[in-house]
Amino acid sequence: MPRRKGAPEVNAGSMADIAFLLLIFFLVTTTIETDAGLDRMLPPMEPPEEDVVIKQKNIFTVNINKNGQLLVEDELMQLKDLRKAAIAFLENGADGTCNYCQGRKDPASSDNPSKAIISLKNDRETKYSTYITVQNELVGAYNDLRDREAQRIFGRDFTEMEAEYLNPETASSIRDDLKDKVKRVQDMFPQKLSEAETTSN
Amino acid sequence: MAKFAKKKDGDLPAVSTASLPDIVFMLLFFFMTVTTMKDSSLLVENTLPNASEIKKLEKKDRVIYIYVGKPTQEYQKVFGTEPKIQLNDKFANVDEVGSYILAERAKKPQELQNVLTTALKVDKDANMGLIADIKQELRKVNALKVNYTTYEGNAFNNLQ
Repeated sequence: MPRRKGAPEVNAGSMADIAFLLLIFFLVTTTIETDAGLDRMLPPMEPPEEDVVIKQKNIFTVNINKNGQLLVEDELMQLKDLRKAAIAFLENGADGTCNYCQGRKDPASSDNPSKAIISLKNDRETKYSTYITVQNELVGAYNDLRDREAQRIFGRDFTEMEAEYLNPETASSIRDDLKDKVKRVQDMFPQKLSEAETTSN
Repeated sequence: MAKFAKKKDGDLPAVSTASLPDIVFMLLFFFMTVTTMKDSSLLVENTLPNASEIKKLEKKDRVIYIYVGKPTQEYQKVFGTEPKIQLNDKFANVDEVGSYILAERAKKPQELQNVLTTALKVDKDANMGLIADIKQELRKVNALKVNYTTYEGNAFNNLQ
């Protein structure tokens, strides 16, 4: 019987151990961490050239004092009622040009969504968490309205469409399609959230 | 040939370790490519508030981070307990924010310089006064896109 030539076969039994070791290592160390938060745009430093006259009834004022209490349209309000009040204001549609609004058409409130402005003011000693909660509720009011219209027109939520549109992994053909839809819903309820400089009194 | 004693039968042949360097190199290359240097260690307490209407911050290369919060325990003796700003690896004053943003912006490739987002990672117990000052600084250098980084959750949990 002739002896076989060449190196003897390597015992591959420990290969599985190595693979498991690697697998466990990655399971432990990998953190799927994407930061998330509220996107906002700050107003530019230079004020616009001409002074735009805005009717008082088109401004929805929200004041937060240092104890975290809310003064909305000169009345004290609980935080949980803010979203509902903001929605009622945004889709009031007093001048009747907004045919998708379901508001009460109260002449003392906003004319139409594109004119409605929410003005947020806060004290220097307001806690950041309170501020974020208020921001969240106001953004939520816009999102609720946009979701409703997107549901009506396209049969899906606006927030979901926007997330898909912003996701870089989405195919570009789908993204182009979504771009118009997202734009259309955004234009129905443009986000006009102004933040004046904080007062220190 | 008879000089060499014949191996006994039944002995296990020695395992060839010739491929061991390959494996080690594979690991080495893997870690070299995957590892990113840690940006900065936190010097401030950073418990973010909760919010539900959040958007994900995609593309980390387009984000500049600013941390705000109380200095952590070990720094409290030196820096006190008032919320401070952390830029990169050190504490900073409000007036340094602008130059920091400009410096970070200059480091990014040209095509990204206009689409940068400033992520504000602010501790929930910080006061708005400091945030307002930072926002003012950001406006001065025209870094208008900000993201208040939060955890996902019910916003009303913040109030407790």
